[in-house]
This record gives sequence, structure tokens and C-alpha cells, in this order.
Amino acid sequence: MKNGFRQSMSWLHTWGGLSVGWILYFVFLTGTLGYFDTEIDRWMKPEVPAETANIEQSISVAKQRLDEKAQGAERWFISPPGNRDTPNLRIFWQMPEQADGKPGARGNESLDAKTGELLSGRATGGGQTLYRMHYSLHYIPANISYWVVGICSMFMLIAIITGVVIHKKIFKDIFTFRSQKGQRSWLDMHNLLSVSALPFHFMITYSGLIFFLTTYMSLIIAGTYGFGREAQETFFDEFFAETDTLDASGTPANLAELSAMFTIAEAQWGKGQVRYLEINHPGDSNARVIIARQMDSPLRSSPELVFNGVTGELLNSKSASTTVPHTVYDTFLGLHEGLFANIGLRWLYFFSGLLGTAMIATGMILWSVKRRPAQLKKVDGPDFGYRLVESLNLGTIVGLPIAVAAYFWANRLLPVDLENRAQWEIHSMFIVWLMCLLSPLLRPIQKGWHELLWLAAAIYCLLPVVNALTTDRHLINSIKESDWIFAGMDLTFIAVGLLFAFAASRLQQRVKQEATTPVRHKKNQVNEAY
Amino acid sequence: MLRTIKNLSTDTRYRWEITFRVITAIFGGYLLTITSGILLAYALPMGKSDAVTTAMLSSFAIYAGAAMWIFSQRSFRKALAGIWIPAIIFTALITLLKLMGVTP
Repeated sequence: MKNGFRQSMSWLHTWGGLSVGWILYFVFLTGTLGYFDTEIDRWMKPEVPAETANIEQSISVAKQRLDEKAQGAERWFISPPGNRDTPNLRIFWQMPEQADGKPGARGNESLDAKTGELLSGRATGGGQTLYRMHYSLHYIPANISYWVVGICSMFMLIAIITGVVIHKKIFKDIFTFRSQKGQRSWLDMHNLLSVSALPFHFMITYSGLIFFLTTYMSLIIAGTYGFGREAQETFFDEFFAETDTLDASGTPANLAELSAMFTIAEAQWGKGQVRYLEINHPGDSNARVIIARQMDSPLRSSPELVFNGVTGELLNSKSASTTVPHTVYDTFLGLHEGLFANIGLRWLYFFSGLLGTAMIATGMILWSVKRRPAQLKKVDGPDFGYRLVESLNLGTIVGLPIAVAAYFWANRLLPVDLENRAQWEIHSMFIVWLMCLLSPLLRPIQKGWHELLWLAAAIYCLLPVVNALTTDRHLINSIKESDWIFAGMDLTFIAVGLLFAFAASRLQQRVKQEATTPVRHKKNQVNEAY
Repeated sequence: MLRTIKNLSTDTRYRWEITFRVITAIFGGYLLTITSGILLAYALPMGKSDAVTTAMLSSFAIYAGAAMWIFSQRSFRKALAGIWIPAIIFTALITLLKLMGVTP
């Protein structure tokens, strides 16, 4: 297309990246926050105290509640409290298929593990809603969103590969950063952010596509198994080969003591290693109890113990291993979710995600910085396309983080009895984002960058203050009680706020410099592939 | 169509060529990915569901490769032909296999 291979790949990198950059930035930012989804959940329900009940107690509370709510169910799930994923006791049930073939009713509850009462607290979307946005967006039907995100991810994959291809000295780039040099600095920063977490960027993009493998590539299934739902089901049955699918006998029988089975599982794996209990056909003579272990590796399927639900006898232990393609599939998904990650690794995931977000942001800024000198020289002002990119950049790169902060502010400030409260938290986020996107209509873009960066700094730094004024779980209290989830959230808000303040002050310096030494900027023009 | 494009001014022609390359990359690349995935599933010596999974797992790499190839070609005709022709041949091949009753 262009003269050389590298030039044509550079063209693809630039334009492919730009066209979907804003959506990718949204996906990366909300997905990164997802690594702390349960922590955000807890911060957004400050009135719910940390669970202190022991596991035996919670299992008996759960069983009692399930007996009341879901007699004759096909399946019960009990997730004992105390894990990162389930800070509170959670139960789930699924009733058997109805006579007319419709799926049975299902339900889930979070309980106080001591009293068995439903957990109350303000209505909130929590971290889960933020996390879900990174693949199902919002206000758009989920099945459309999956395709939108999928197409953008495909662009991302191509941008990553072309990004690697166009670099002559990829290794050297890790150690290269020339600050205070305008366009050159943005390019260095973009390279630094990209190269330093390259394996993460590649893994997260490819595995993101694999999550919706059977949607995006359903035609491959159709071409081999045939069209239609039934053919798809055949594939799924073969792929997710279920080993233990015993039907209910119809003869009632009492369920054996769950805590005894739990004790056996803990004796095998160690304390705190039980992730959940699954009870198939409770109250039937063919009842089976499956106890699953915590995930400690990216392999998604964790080891399980299967018990006879009536006698309590241990039948077999299933370890997590299947065919090679299935293992590859599971490993990719497991790496993406990072459920196995301990606190250190979780922070690494979080920072890698931020690096990816910043990589996208710097790429988009680089596009506009590179074109600015030529655009400013135009007689009738910059092109519409250029101004659009500049405005979307400002409104998204700084505007979206401000909108996320608005979501947290709304959680603390909206009245507790507001109707559709959880939805209004989300509306607040998107209204604020829209306002940031529209702000370039009112203010010159350079001033806009300052103002929004300072606003971002303020809105994040003030979050712990809002938290202190509206709840009793303020920073000093949290640190005193070593409640690291609340303290961690507050401290992170401050850190993010300071980061924005730093960016704002650096930008101000730079603008002053440019004003006093206008020649400087010309010397640093780069005529590289970009 | 190709002839018409040839007679346009360089700038307009460049734009049309880009448009067709993008369409080829998105739709032609997708068709090539799907068809080569199906043939791969036929060819791989493993269980059916495993073969299909392997084909699907590699499909995104094939798609990315195809898209990059289109833009790396200097010749516009070669870029279009290099994607559409194999995609159509693969589609015909799969149809033939289906008609012959061969299953993966």
C-alpha cells in the first residue's frame, strides 16, 4: 500500500488504533477497575459490616435458608464467607425444569452468616456494574455490546502486533525516555507503556476475544456441527463434558450433615481452601455434594471432591485436567480474570491494566500532537476531524476517570431511599462523562486540559472527605481497625488525585515554556513512521 | 469497478482503494478466517470438539494476519485477490465436503 512494509503497518497501527481508541480506553479502564470489583462492592455498601461468623455456622445458616426458600430444587450453591470473591455468605438455587420445558426458577441471596437475615444496605451497582461494563457496555443490549467490544478488541490485537512490527529496537525502547521534548516525549512514553507490559496487553486482548469465542466464531461451529441451537448444544455438551450427571430418583431422603463433608475437604486442602459447596438434588436419594477448592492457578477448573449426599461418603476427587485445547482455553480465561491472584499479583494486574489504559491514551494524544503544528497553520483553522479527535481525547482521557469518580460520589450522596438508586449512580457517571465530552464546545481545548485535569485531581482527592462526612468508616477509623479494603480505597483515591494534580502542573509548566521559547518545539520534530 | 477506480485522480483513487481494502480486511478477512477454521477443524487429527476448539482458538490470529497482509501489499489487485480468492475456494471446498457427506 505505502512504500515499505513498515510504513504500511505504521499506517494500519495509527488509523486502526485511532478509530476505536476511545471505546478501547473505556474497556481497559473499567476492566482494570474490575480487578478490585469486590473491594469496590464493599466500599459502596459501607453499612454492611465485615463478616465474622465461622464457616460451620455459615453453612448451617445457609442450609436452613435454602430449606425454607428452595425445597425440591435441582441445585443449591453455598459460597461461605471470608474469601475475596465472597466477603459475605451467598446462596444460590435453581429449581428443576418445568413440565413445559421452561427452565426452572432461580434465585440468589446474600445473608448475614450469624443471624441468617438478608443483608441490607443501600442499593448500589457496586464494583460489579463497573466491571460488567468492560464487555457489555451500558444502555445498549448486551448481545450488540459483545460484538462492538469484540470488533474493537480485534483492532486492538492488530494494533499490538503492528506496533511490535514497526519497531526497530523494541528492547531499547524500554530504557528510552526523553522528557520535555514534546512529540518525542509522547512517542517515548507510548513506547515505554506498551513495551513494558507487552505480554499483559497481548494476553488480555487475545483472551478477551476468547471469552466470546463461541459467539464471534459461531460459524465455525455451524460449519462443523451444523446450524441451529441443537447443533450448538451438541458442541457444548461435548466440549464441557460433564462427568457426574446423575438424575433425581424421586425417592426422598435426608441430606447428610454438610459440615462433616466440609471438614473432610478442609483436612485435605487446608483451612480456608473451600470455594463453594454445590448440592445436586437436595432431599433426594440421589443427592450429590460437590466441594470445590479455591483457585490457586490460572486453570479455571479447580479440584473438586464429590460426596454421596445421603450417606456423606466421599465418592471421588476430580482434579482439574482435560484435553489440551480445553486447557489452553481455560488458561487464557483464567489469566484474564485473575481470580487466582493473591493481593500482590492483583495489584500487578491492576497496574498492568492502568499501563494499558495509559498506552491507549498516549497513542491518541500522540496522533493529535503530531498533527497540531500543521493544523494550526491552516488558514481557516484546524479541520473538523482534527478538532473532533482533540475534543474526544480530552473528554474521554480525562473525562472518563472524572465520571468514574462521579459514580463513587453518587454512591455516597444520593438519598438512600431514592427510587432506582443503583441506576441513578450509573446515570450520574454517564451524565458527567457527557458533560466532559461537551466541555470543548465551551472552552478552548488547551485551557480545557488544565481545567479538567485539576477537576480530576480535586474530585479524587475529595472522595475520602466525602466518605468521612457521610459514613463512619473514614480513613483514620479504617487504619485504626486495619480495615485495608476501606483504607486501601481511600488511599488509592488520594494517589489517583495526586497523579492528576502532577499531570496538571506539568502541563502548565510546559505551556509556559512553550510561550517563552517558541523555537524549541520545532527542533524536536520527529520524522518517523508515525 | 476496478477500471473506474483507475481513471480517478490519485487522491480520490487512494481513498477508494483504502475503502476497498478496509472492506476486504473486515468481511473478506472474516470469511477467510471462518472457512479456514472449518477446514482446520476437518484436518486436525483429534476429537471433533477439540478440533473445533483449536480452530476457534487460532481464528483470531488468522484474522489479524489476514488483515495485516491486505495492508502490507503494494498492489491493490493482489491485496483483494489474495483474500477473496482463497476465501471463495475454501467456501466451495466446504460445500463440496458437505455434499459428499464428509464430517469432521
